Amino acid sequence: MLFFSYFKELVGKEVTVELKNDIAIKGILHSVDQYLNIKLENSRVVDQDKYPHMLSVRNCFIRGSVVRYVLLPPDGVDTELLHDATRREARAG
Amino acid sequence: MSWAGPEDIFLSTSLASYLDKKLLVLLRDGRKLLGILRSFDQFANAVLEGACERVIVGDLYCDLPLGLYVIRGENVVLIGELDPEREELPAHMTRVSAVEIKRAQKAERDAKDLKGSMRKRMEFLDLD
Repeated sequence: MLFFSYFKELVGKEVTVELKNDIAIKGILHSVDQYLNIKLENSRVVDQDKYPHMLSVRNCFIRGSVVRYVLLPPDGVDTELLHDATRREARAG
Repeated sequence: MSWAGPEDIFLSTSLASYLDKKLLVLLRDGRKLLGILRSFDQFANAVLEGACERVIVGDLYCDLPLGLYVIRGENVVLIGELDPEREELPAHMTRVSAVEIKRAQKAERDAKDLKGSMRKRMEFLDLD
């Protein structure tokens, strides 16, 4: 639940999602769900030449199970808030 | 994908907005399927109508027709909405027939195998 809530806070920010098949997609986080599936708007692939089939894809749905990393803007992370939330979750669970 | 509750009304990662649209589906085995989304569920299982597989080898591509497909969600990597105002592929790519693309695929496979076997033969040199 913690990361679901955390990603909900990041909706509207630009993120880069790196997938397990090595594709990296940059876009605005539109929505996220309990499985950490991600929907990106205004998306573009980082290495466009390597993935020509993705040229006209602007909005995409990414299955949570295939995500390796979600790269965040450094100023988009409130580490104190995250620390507190993590401690609370650890205490509760 | 959960059904949106009242508080999630603006935050749905549902595929509902993609229904009846022509989409690109990337699968875990590297295949690229195109088709119109007719149905989906919480596991990202999907039904694609008029599906075709876009095979790309270098600058050549071919769309192989498949018909009505049910895709098991665990194989889905990404579902992308194709912007109708943009070209689906770069201009330098050429469309070829199914026979030609299969030939190109075989050539690519053979080149990869050759590279692999040559590397194996060089292993004894222990260069690194």
